[in-house]
Amino acid sequence: MRDGQVVKGVRFRGHAIVGGILELAARYRDEGADELVFYDITASPEGRSVDRGWVRRVAAVLDIPFCVAGGITSVAAAEAVLAAGAEKISVNSPALADPALIDRLAARFGSQCVVVGIDSETTERGYRVHALTGDPDQARDSGRETLAWVREAQDRGAGEIVLNCMASDGVRRGYDLAQLAAVRAVCQVPLVASGGAGAIQHFEAVFREAGADAALAASVFHSGTIGIGELKAALARAGVEVRP
Amino acid sequence: MTTGDIDVVIVDSGGANLASLQFALERLGARSAVSSDADTVRRAPRVLLPGVGSAQDAMSRLRATGLDRVLPQLRQPVLGICLGMQLLYERSGEGDTPCLGIVPASVQRLVPARGLPVPHMGWNKVHPRCADPLLEGLVDGEYLYFVHGYAAPVTADAVAVTEHGAAFTAVVRRRNFSGTQFHPERSGSAGARILDNFLRQATCS
Repeated sequence: MRDGQVVKGVRFRGHAIVGGILELAARYRDEGADELVFYDITASPEGRSVDRGWVRRVAAVLDIPFCVAGGITSVAAAEAVLAAGAEKISVNSPALADPALIDRLAARFGSQCVVVGIDSETTERGYRVHALTGDPDQARDSGRETLAWVREAQDRGAGEIVLNCMASDGVRRGYDLAQLAAVRAVCQVPLVASGGAGAIQHFEAVFREAGADAALAASVFHSGTIGIGELKAALARAGVEVRP
Repeated sequence: MTTGDIDVVIVDSGGANLASLQFALERLGARSAVSSDADTVRRAPRVLLPGVGSAQDAMSRLRATGLDRVLPQLRQPVLGICLGMQLLYERSGEGDTPCLGIVPASVQRLVPARGLPVPHMGWNKVHPRCADPLLEGLVDGEYLYFVHGYAAPVTADAVAVTEHGAAFTAVVRRRNFSGTQFHPERSGSAGARILDNFLRQATCS
């Protein structure tokens, strides 16, 4: 999300407008999405917290869970977002800047409310966590190694990890199964795979081969390449348990 | 708004996200009010006890307003949601907290296992064990949305069950008190049906 619109880029660059927030929320609700995630991608780079107005408007129309991320740097900021109707809050750059924020959020709201989002880049030094990825000019290596950060985040009380594999993001060639499987091996809380979905078999693979608990996708749904109903029917036929 | 104008009072036990429940009730055309006042709760036609956060936190807030003594004596329909359902039990393993003591048994932490991460978050199939007004119109195996790290064992008061590793109570009923471990307000049309069933239960006043 940026300036009240839903946007999507490729590898975190060149974001184009996809549509209005409420229209898309209602569309995905009706198509049978199990959960929606809203990232206010410029909140952290701009040093502000997510705007609560649209969180309330989204909460009024959604009857499925949704998670909100964007510049949530304090318990008070998280409380405001949850009070507006979000089910969970997700922290990424704010947790990298202040890891104890995860402990404070989990103590106040319970781990089940606290998602840690990780933007992970594959480099010659291994998997590295990147920060401030909403703005290509500010995005940078956080100095942390991905698997170590996953362990630390869950020790501090993260109730869910969303792993976004940056090299795959928006490219539609499939999830990074090797990286997701490596994270799965150290992650005891729910693991949500993100980045790279382009075809129905990519979803099947991420459940079967990487052991993800959920798969997140944006481009293929925004463009209408894959319908959520058709995806769920195909996964059910392949033996993956899904809510119809 | 006076108590006479409303269909249901939502108990404010310090949980942060009451808005999603209020919106769900609005979509069903119900008038709700949020309160932590003992008299308002006592006079309410129906009472919803939601909860997000820890059992210790929620119980200390209920004690501070005297609601820990008022709630067990209510005669009107009461529905606890998620942590609110767990508070209906005798104790919670979360901080070994004494709870409202309406339903015998203790809530325990879910045990993580391979392929079964904790907290448990997601859509689970729920299986009724007997007829209950809350479950009217729902089919066996309906998917409902769960977000929790603790759960109640399957006892005689369990009217619907599900499992995450082990079986646990998804819907509990004891007299006028009921509870759902899942979030009906975030469980699509099946969840809306359960809330609607609750709103249709006759009040005793």
